[in-house]
Amino acid sequence: MADKKLAFIVQRTPYKSENPKLALTHAISYQTVEILLEDGDTVTPTVCLVGDGVIACLKDQKAMETYGITSTEMHLKSALLVDLDVMVCKEDLDRFGISESMIVLDAEDMGADKKIQIVPFASIVETIKNANHVLFF
Amino acid sequence: MAVLSMGIFSSLIGSMSTDFAIKLASSAIEKGHKVNLWLSGNAVGLVKKSQKHLKDYSTGEKHLIDLMQKGVEICTCEACTYARGIQKADAIEGVQWNAMHWYLAKIHSSDRVLQIGGE
Repeated sequence: MADKKLAFIVQRTPYKSENPKLALTHAISYQTVEILLEDGDTVTPTVCLVGDGVIACLKDQKAMETYGITSTEMHLKSALLVDLDVMVCKEDLDRFGISESMIVLDAEDMGADKKIQIVPFASIVETIKNANHVLFF
Repeated sequence: MAVLSMGIFSSLIGSMSTDFAIKLASSAIEKGHKVNLWLSGNAVGLVKKSQKHLKDYSTGEKHLIDLMQKGVEICTCEACTYARGIQKADAIEGVQWNAMHWYLAKIHSSDRVLQIGGE
């Protein structure tokens, strides 16, 4: 019986790269991984948005209207809905001039209890240190 | 013997990252390690059969078959693959098709994980 901690580090902008969406959908898939694991084994992902990746959490994205695809905002909300920890780097938000009021902070409209955590980069480094495996997207 | 899992997200053509991953998998097998390959994003084009090897382009089909014959488990992301118009009938035989949790499960049992990032 073991839990493996995975850090999903998202560092690309959404829509210019498929990576942020793939990071989120892979992380969300932890919900069904147990069917392929031994009894008692678990996987615990944490999603960290850093660098250009913080743009993924801007709210009111118009991906469905513009591109006909699910927005990264919706994927982030889905991540919260399945109780994933999602961290956003505060220093990188500040660099882009993105304030708290401009980002997705929760998915209360979908019934999620989890909230996005705005954290200093040092906390993301700590998450990486504590992870069994780190996946850069 | 160690277990190595690689998530490949880069296309075969246009970047040498996937070519590198295939060669690394081959070397790891030669050294007696167990290797799992997960294909997602643009890397799923790798599973298409009847690839023509032109000398200006990397080719994957022969190498994938070779790796599978040596015991490498290769799985393609079903959603990513269907979205790119590749059906199971078009794909190299022996490649598994599954959802993203396949990769997470392989990571769970791996000693080392390499993420070969996409574009």
